[in-house]
Amino acid sequence: MHNLNRKLILVLLILLASFLTVTVVYAQDGQPPTDNDVLRVAKQLYCPVCPNTPLDVCETKACLDWRAQIRDQLAQGWTDQQIIDYFVTQYGERVLAEPQRKGFTSLVWFFPLIAVLLGIGIVYEVLKNWRAKKPALATSAPLPQIPDDILKKIEREIQEMD
Amino acid sequence: MLADIGLISLTIAFLFSLYATIVSAYGGWRERTVWVESARNASLLVFPLLTIPVLVIVYSLYTFDFSLAYVYDVSSRAMSPFLRVTALWGGQQGSVLFWAWLMAGFVTIVLLRKWDRDRELMPWVTFVAMLTTAFFVGVVLFITNPFMRLWHVPGAPELTQALFQPANAMPYFPEDGNGLNPLLRHFGMIGHPPTTYLGFTGFVIPFAFAIAALITGQSRRDEWILTTRRWTLFAWIFLSIGLVLGGRWAYDVLGWGGFWGWDPVENAMLMPWLTGTAFLHSVMMTEKRGMMKKWNMVLIILTYSLALFGTFITRTGVISSVHAFAKTALGPAFFAFIGITFLGSLTILYLRWDTLKSDHSLESFVSREAAFVLQNMLFLAVTFAVFWGTVFPLISELVTGTKITVGPPYFQRVTGPIFFALVLLMGVAPLFAWRKQAARSPGKAIWIPFAASLGFTAIWGFSHRIHPASIFGLWLVTFTLSAILAEFWKGIQARHATRGENFVTALFNLISRNHRRYGGYIIHLGVVLIAMGVIGDAYFKQETQGTVSQGEMLSVGGYQLEFQKLLGYPGSDGREIVEAVLGLSQNGQPIRVLNPRRDYFVVQEQPVTVPGVYSTPGVDVYVMLVGWDDNGTSATFKIYVNSLINWVWIGGIVMILGTIIATWSNPAHREATYAFKPEIVISHP
Repeated sequence: MHNLNRKLILVLLILLASFLTVTVVYAQDGQPPTDNDVLRVAKQLYCPVCPNTPLDVCETKACLDWRAQIRDQLAQGWTDQQIIDYFVTQYGERVLAEPQRKGFTSLVWFFPLIAVLLGIGIVYEVLKNWRAKKPALATSAPLPQIPDDILKKIEREIQEMD
Repeated sequence: MLADIGLISLTIAFLFSLYATIVSAYGGWRERTVWVESARNASLLVFPLLTIPVLVIVYSLYTFDFSLAYVYDVSSRAMSPFLRVTALWGGQQGSVLFWAWLMAGFVTIVLLRKWDRDRELMPWVTFVAMLTTAFFVGVVLFITNPFMRLWHVPGAPELTQALFQPANAMPYFPEDGNGLNPLLRHFGMIGHPPTTYLGFTGFVIPFAFAIAALITGQSRRDEWILTTRRWTLFAWIFLSIGLVLGGRWAYDVLGWGGFWGWDPVENAMLMPWLTGTAFLHSVMMTEKRGMMKKWNMVLIILTYSLALFGTFITRTGVISSVHAFAKTALGPAFFAFIGITFLGSLTILYLRWDTLKSDHSLESFVSREAAFVLQNMLFLAVTFAVFWGTVFPLISELVTGTKITVGPPYFQRVTGPIFFALVLLMGVAPLFAWRKQAARSPGKAIWIPFAASLGFTAIWGFSHRIHPASIFGLWLVTFTLSAILAEFWKGIQARHATRGENFVTALFNLISRNHRRYGGYIIHLGVVLIAMGVIGDAYFKQETQGTVSQGEMLSVGGYQLEFQKLLGYPGSDGREIVEAVLGLSQNGQPIRVLNPRRDYFVVQEQPVTVPGVYSTPGVDVYVMLVGWDDNGTSATFKIYVNSLINWVWIGGIVMILGTIIATWSNPAHREATYAFKPEIVISHP
């Protein structure tokens, strides 16, 4: 029963995906899928079990099997998106190289945008503040009072340096 | 016996660094010279005390003392003496010790050279630097000790690692070690850790000075910046070299045809580099115009915290799995230390915020100053984007329980536009004058490079119509490149006209008289060249994979590869090699033979892919042997045609050159720097 449900969901998902995406079916032209076709799909996926390894370059036995599976699915006429969706339902969101733009995950895309806008705001504020200030040395004539003897000492030291 | 000496020396080093930390703070706080001097003496002893354990480890590696767990893990009899010595940083225990040793070395240099000049700052410089050193030495001593021995406990299924003999245990002396991870046996990975660590630890010096300036209130004056200017450049260039070497290693060894995969470990290193670069620029504004003092502080605190954070993610593997965090005490210890460093520094900064007022004001929005602020902001934005993408999987797992991956598409899309803006600004900013920009003049200075770049792009883009974004990229690179070259040309021409120097002499004099400025421009040139390589990699890469029988051909991007035969033979360092012989030709013209290999390291049971590469300034043809059938009559190859990738390495070398010129000590200039000081004294008594 549980298994049946899962299959049903899968079929529905695949149907849904095929409505949503522009699909290219490779099996119809009679050519078996090439390595390049397999890698094109694998590139968009990450190995579900190894840390941070894209599926197209991963060399573990498991990844070889997954790539073989992609080849079979392409041969059966699955679209790229259907295969990717299949991997997501099987192994979870972590197989996607590109994070989704929905749910909690959308925050990953959203925050940098806010950061840039905030940054532009800060730049504007900083520059405005700097402009608002009167030129410090040119106009504010009264320099801090320095005792004469110290001034002379400094001048002497400057001369010695030259 | 030797290991015991190393361990004892390490323990004393820890006690001394702890003592120096506490006593320098006390001496600084109470203004007691005696205590400060005592802290200095203790600090000076830490480096020699740490040198002893480093030498002991190196000697043990060299002499195959496999009774030490570390030596057993990272070296083997099949490894060459050179590789065995570099195995000092081939594993965790050794590399943390190496980190601490380098840092202690830097502290020693500072304490010897700057003691008399910056007396007021020194207690606190010592405090900050020794606190960090004490932390790292403590980690080596208590968490990842390289002097752990192997013991055989009766009844236990595996060997036990312990410093001292457990009850009933027998010491165990393995015949041979596991050997260094084969992937690390490459010049890039041999040079990458030391250069990276030099960069990371180098930043402790400007950081310590910045914090000392804040604590003493000396932040009102900007002397700490002059004192640490060279250190900053030094740390920065080593971090840059580390990045380039790491990229080169990935390209040669990891076998996916690229140099940057936006892996957390790579990002961890990029982040301090980004904020460090911003810091370098912001410091220039303070020197020239007495502005951006708050930015300096924020940026150096960020840079240093990110350097610690980088070591943290690299060493604990926390990003790939939250569970790695508490596996050893290393994760929590690092996390706590980064937290204390970051929050402590920010608190001090907050308390001294008022000492960091700008001396001058801004007269125009279109000025060099404005460009500096903008670039700092862009650097911070790109750092945030990288940081956010790197830690987001962790956040997602903690908040929703869902593991996700943030792969290259995120980073390319988010950081791409910001990097674009930064490179553009790099070309435009030198055209703006300080203070004020007369409304028309930047246009005049810009239009020649602009026209030139449009011309180049039109021709180049027309012949390589691949991706629309590539056209923008090409334009950006050519524009920035010509804008920088125009700066050189202007200077040369001026010298030629006023002094009658010939062009070569004029160029030489131009650079040597203003070595900081033109050194900086040369660094910018290097960055543009790297940008060119990155754009080539992003938009002009072509790849194919296929299985061919002997005599058959694969072709991609105008190149053909004919599979001739497969060879198998035993190699050095305990590996079995399978090598393919491929004839490379372009449009039917034979070029040369390529030999992609698969080296199988028997002991480690690990294959390493060695690509066959035909490298030219324009393209690299990069071939990998993916697989073969048992009798060697057919094999599978992956071929990349990587455009412009060599410019990444060339750009790296140009950057190093520029940095050397920019830091070049010039006696006339040094006097000028000192003459500058009294002026500061007058304006802020």
